[in-house]
Amino acid sequence: MAQTQSGAEGMQSLPALLQRNATQYADAPAYREKEFGIWQCWNWAETEKEIEALALGLINLGVQEGDFVAIIGRNRPYLYWSMVAAQSVGAVPVPVYQDSVAEEMAYVLGHCGAKYVIAGDQEQVDKVIEIQDQLHQMEHVIYLDPRGMRKYDHHTLHEFSHVQNQGRAAYDEWISDLNERRAKLNYDSTCVMLYTSGTTGKPKGVVLSNRNVIESAKNASNFDKLTKSEDILSYLPMAWVGDFIFSVGQAYWCGFCVNCPESADTMMTDLREIGPTYFFAPPRVFETQLTSVMIRMEDAGTLKRKMFHHYLAHAKKVGGDILDGKPVGAMDRLKYAIGNMLVYGPLKDTLGFGNVRVGYTAGEAIGPEIFDFYRSLGINLKQLYGQTEATVFITVQPDGEVRADTVGVPAPDVEIKIDDNGEIHYRSPGTFVEYFNNPDSTASTKDPEGWVATGDAGFFEKDSGHLRIIDRAKDVGKMADGSMFAPKYVENKLKFYPDILEAVLFGNGKDRCTAFINIDLTAVGNWAERNNIAYASYQELAGHPRVLDTIQEHVETVNKSVAEDDMLSGCQIHRFVILHKELDADDGEMTRTRKVRRVIVADKFKDIIDAMYNGEPKISTVTEVTYEDGRKGSISATLDIRDAAVVPVAQKMAAE
Amino acid sequence: MLDASEGYTTEDGRKIGGVVMEMKNITLRFGGVVAIKDISFDIREGEIRAIIGPNGAGKSSMLNVISGFYVPQEGEVFFHGKKRPQMRPYEVARQGIARTFQNIALFEGMSVLDNVMTGRLNYMKTGLFQQALWKGKAEQEETENREAVEKIIDFLEIQHIRKTPVARLPYGLKKRVELARALAAEPKLLLLDEPMAGMNVEEKEDMSRFILDVNDEFGTTIALIEHDMGVVMDLSDRVVVMDYGKKIGDGTPDEVRSNQAVIDAYLGVSHD
Repeated sequence: MAQTQSGAEGMQSLPALLQRNATQYADAPAYREKEFGIWQCWNWAETEKEIEALALGLINLGVQEGDFVAIIGRNRPYLYWSMVAAQSVGAVPVPVYQDSVAEEMAYVLGHCGAKYVIAGDQEQVDKVIEIQDQLHQMEHVIYLDPRGMRKYDHHTLHEFSHVQNQGRAAYDEWISDLNERRAKLNYDSTCVMLYTSGTTGKPKGVVLSNRNVIESAKNASNFDKLTKSEDILSYLPMAWVGDFIFSVGQAYWCGFCVNCPESADTMMTDLREIGPTYFFAPPRVFETQLTSVMIRMEDAGTLKRKMFHHYLAHAKKVGGDILDGKPVGAMDRLKYAIGNMLVYGPLKDTLGFGNVRVGYTAGEAIGPEIFDFYRSLGINLKQLYGQTEATVFITVQPDGEVRADTVGVPAPDVEIKIDDNGEIHYRSPGTFVEYFNNPDSTASTKDPEGWVATGDAGFFEKDSGHLRIIDRAKDVGKMADGSMFAPKYVENKLKFYPDILEAVLFGNGKDRCTAFINIDLTAVGNWAERNNIAYASYQELAGHPRVLDTIQEHVETVNKSVAEDDMLSGCQIHRFVILHKELDADDGEMTRTRKVRRVIVADKFKDIIDAMYNGEPKISTVTEVTYEDGRKGSISATLDIRDAAVVPVAQKMAAE
Repeated sequence: MLDASEGYTTEDGRKIGGVVMEMKNITLRFGGVVAIKDISFDIREGEIRAIIGPNGAGKSSMLNVISGFYVPQEGEVFFHGKKRPQMRPYEVARQGIARTFQNIALFEGMSVLDNVMTGRLNYMKTGLFQQALWKGKAEQEETENREAVEKIIDFLEIQHIRKTPVARLPYGLKKRVELARALAAEPKLLLLDEPMAGMNVEEKEDMSRFILDVNDEFGTTIALIEHDMGVVMDLSDRVVVMDYGKKIGDGTPDEVRSNQAVIDAYLGVSHD
């Protein structure tokens, strides 16, 4: 990799990196996508040609430097090419969450004034057409999948391959223009604009320069010693900064191969077929996988099940230490090796983790048991802490220093300080340029010296120097008696139960805490099946008395564990309900990255919260829901409110 | 009504061509039971033609006459202007007619992929022995047919269940697999027997979209039987209404909707 290191000077944009890869790694695979049941492959030389054709086509359509090009669709090579092609012509790519409903999309496209949209399929084009009246600046829409598009008015609609063909045909006419535009790109030109998911308020457009992206990608690649022979599976939303860094930034920097699944539903099969060496997933993916493994093992034969649990117990004992290179006895090693042959190896293959060298999880806290489960199998799963404004990386866990409860040490070239309120600030080459068209927010987030406030509260552990995150700084509040209220801390403890998908804690400014709970339909549904409990819907299962009993047990166990922490013992849950619907991004209750929007949830279900504090045993409520196609309906339900046992903390107070 | 020779243009601007299949004075009897009594109508190229009616009206019998499975005692069936002789099912299939069934008729133990591949049987010319050896011609043939099948799997968005045995699938997906198998034969005329029976609203919407897409993308002529009036009226270009084996209405959804005989058949009339 010596060449890439020394090449850094000239490599000041993605198109420049593309050209380097097309010469140096011409025959190496750059993109794969499964289509029609077969993995289609493009090497770097072919990729460069495809992107160039598209870039010429974009110029031919009239794309000017500085224009915004929105890109909407699931992970496909063509859409990744679109991002680089847009940059090649001096435009700014703006990936948009593909599951956004039309009004969310209208806000983003209107805010950046996108003149061009590159959409994956008819579904996305329909949404754009629906909001077109509100967007006067919109000029052309390019679509990838021609299916169902024949009857549309094609005055401003273009098929992706036609745009490329026109670009190829107009090669002589536009190539010098394209070369000029490419030559103008430098480290300070905008590489991409990403909209934050916005836990509070409207999404903000984060402008990232080539410096942000390339420096961050370079540092992180060196940190984990990534090479051009990595394989990754790109399945996370393209509008999310993580995917942009892994699937574009690092892929271009290292020259490794990006694999796109056939469809969202085939992701698990595709993962197994590709066997990525570098993998990234939010905790939810790992949780789902673990749940499905455990469910399947319940249905397996006695011998297999016993073998599975026996060796898993052994892995739990020594697996993590072996992975961290700590001393482990010879007998234990031998047993682990046998286990690897009989259980761990086949299991890793089934999960698609057989080749993983480095795996990351971030975005939310991961349950320590889930985390340790994967590590004990020998999968090098690590945590990192980051945000869009930092171009992902703030802290990462170095190999051998991995723990479930910390997020690691500052990433290379990142400086971190913690202010008096406990809020984490950082400064790095990845620090974003600005929020687009929003100087006030930029100024309040980034100070003149380049320090950015994360909005998260945390502290460095004295012994290890690792950062620990407590909660969102603004979510940390005070109970009526002045003790600390840290909802995430308790919610995470609850969510570590496979039965519980989501939990929301209330209690800021109150004398006691209450909680909403969403059950996990897969786990609880399987349990219901095995116990012959019939149910017709989520709502019915959620209201079943035996489900309530189980959840109550979980809540009470969590209360015990919370009570052990002196600072947070006030956060024990006194009363709870299992909500009649799953919290959903379509209803605005979560962000597109599935983080709970506390304020909105508290507002929407105010009647239920009031009933919990008023001591009522039941509450009848009607809730508005939005269907996937944007239509609205409502569901009504009567919910049982349960009281949970709490561990009295008064004794400690008396002792003081 | 419509001119017999010329086509017409639908509300959404699709061009409908000439007559593909014409039923002339069809009467079908099972012993003493008259299932279909003197019915005539036509199906035109590129259109979605629905046959509706209350239970026991003779809809499925009519579809079986169209598919050539039942031979009517009286009347004639013209296919592409030629009078159709009595045929065996495989001969019908070779003429470019494929169908799905009211009660799903898939090979439950086989994977989705294998089920859909059976729809390509007409396109496979190599014998059992050659296929068992899987050399040369047989291999090439399977590759070509697999490609065609994969396009249909992609089209109907069933990639995730490609290797799943059909028995393990929920009802709505089985219906989709059946449609895939019918499409694999690359039919010119597709017969759908209650494609939406027993589905929930969301599944019905999906299926409707696929039917429209098939018609639009491949230009397939579609004749379908359906109970759900809302679906029929939205989907089809022209509708035949049957009651007690007789035709009581024929025309565009709007015409049919305002036809008094149809309203009586569906809502019932008092007999005094």
